Amino acid sequence: MNFNIFETIGAVFIRLLRQIGHIVLFALRSVIAIITPPIYLKALGSSLVRIGFQSLPVIGLTAIFTGAALALNIYDGSLRFNAESFLPQILGVSITRELGPVLAALMLSGRSSSAIAAEIATMRVTEQIEAMRTLAVNPFHYLIAPRILATMIAMPLLVLIADIIGIYGGWLVAVYALDFSGTMFIQNLADFLAQRDVTSGLYKAIVFGFLLSLMGCYHGYFSDRGAQGVGKATRTAVVASAMLILASNYIMTALFVEV
Amino acid sequence: MDMSNQTTKKFSQKNPEPNFSSGPSSSQAPKISIRNLSKSFGSKEVLKDVSLDIFTGRSMVVIGGSGVGKSVLLKIILGLIPADSGSILIDNRPLVSSENKISPELGKIGMLFQGAALFDSMRVWENISFRLMFADGQSRRHSRERAYECLSLVGLNEDVGELYPSEISGGMQKRVGLARAIAAKPEILFFDEPTTGLDPIMADVINKLIFEQVHALGATAISITHDMKSASKIGDEITMLHGGRIIWRGTPENLAQSGNAMVDQFINGRAEGPIRVDS
Repeated sequence: MNFNIFETIGAVFIRLLRQIGHIVLFALRSVIAIITPPIYLKALGSSLVRIGFQSLPVIGLTAIFTGAALALNIYDGSLRFNAESFLPQILGVSITRELGPVLAALMLSGRSSSAIAAEIATMRVTEQIEAMRTLAVNPFHYLIAPRILATMIAMPLLVLIADIIGIYGGWLVAVYALDFSGTMFIQNLADFLAQRDVTSGLYKAIVFGFLLSLMGCYHGYFSDRGAQGVGKATRTAVVASAMLILASNYIMTALFVEV
Repeated sequence: MDMSNQTTKKFSQKNPEPNFSSGPSSSQAPKISIRNLSKSFGSKEVLKDVSLDIFTGRSMVVIGGSGVGKSVLLKIILGLIPADSGSILIDNRPLVSSENKISPELGKIGMLFQGAALFDSMRVWENISFRLMFADGQSRRHSRERAYECLSLVGLNEDVGELYPSEISGGMQKRVGLARAIAAKPEILFFDEPTTGLDPIMADVINKLIFEQVHALGATAISITHDMKSASKIGDEITMLHGGRIIWRGTPENLAQSGNAMVDQFINGRAEGPIRVDS
């Protein structure tokens, strides 16, 4: 077998670069569609309801259980250094900076990125996107821009709610299972938390919102034909958005943290 | 002006098989002019230097077997896929449409898709008025009125307007698709396999509606179909594509006496003949 490993690596690398270039061009076209008229407010509104409002239960449940479990873990760990009184502060920083935005984004990627990809891919397969173009409406303005913009608006709001519910979950455990004073917990948290702890999480949320909706739109828009194509688009959108969320989280954390 | 019996070589001067029995020949500029269009997918040449003129108010039907490039030709005309070479002029102006840009010339076009391609998240009346509301900027009320007017033009009653596409039959979906295509009173109409998947009676209803609406609007129409009955009923002219080239053009009346063995094989649906089906 004439197998040239360098040829294979080169082909994979070129394919990867081509794919990245394709995604970057798609992202640019999406941004242009967001900032240029027409803006379809009704499409934006319905995307906000579906992506934002209807995601509240799943984000809320994720946050409350994560906050509760985190409180137990922090207490258990800090007990070894007799530092259990720092539980509210560590919990607050962990949730607002990291867990709130990352978990909310991952949950939304499972819920919304997949839904966006499946919806747009089905439209592609059934020629609805072509039909839209023949009706002189640009799919980037009508389909892509409202979904990306809605996710970028909804994500920081969802993260803010996730932060509050997550801390509340930790507070419940601290007060009812670990005998903390509820008032002191809140007082310590308020004294310690800085504005940038919360805002850095919200900035991350906007970027995550862009990335996860972009992946949903991109993989849906360029879906292969047939039911298998729709399934593949959905799966790839979720995996790609989760990877991008985690990678970009590290980059943004490195930028925000003053080491 | 009856142009149906006049001979033309307007299309494809480079075409190696200029066996075109009829077509319009006029000093007037064609409504749609396709010039030397070629398209390949990988190593497969789907369209080879196709040229075709369609004059205002004429209904052109493109026939041909599966995979000969009929749908590709239609999608290139609509700017849904790019041609490798050649050009398309509508009213003597180039149709420049790409993924990034919707050509203003598309505003003159209405299209009925093979599977109707209705937006399944919208009600029937919203589908019909989609262009009016979102491209032409007309009010919701006016668009809704026009949608219901179009519904009655295609023989559907008002109740259908409030349903979703998944709640109506395939034949009704085709009629809604036709209503959507004519809602903005386009100058050009495209029909992609308009009778495919319909029973013979419903197919005849659709053919009749297409014929009526094209003539009522005075539109120029291009249809692609395998259905020879449909081709004869809705077309003023018929063009046959084979191997990526136009091999014959004429009127429905001349079809049976085309003198072209491929046309003869196709319209009579014979397995034997010069057209080979790849196994």
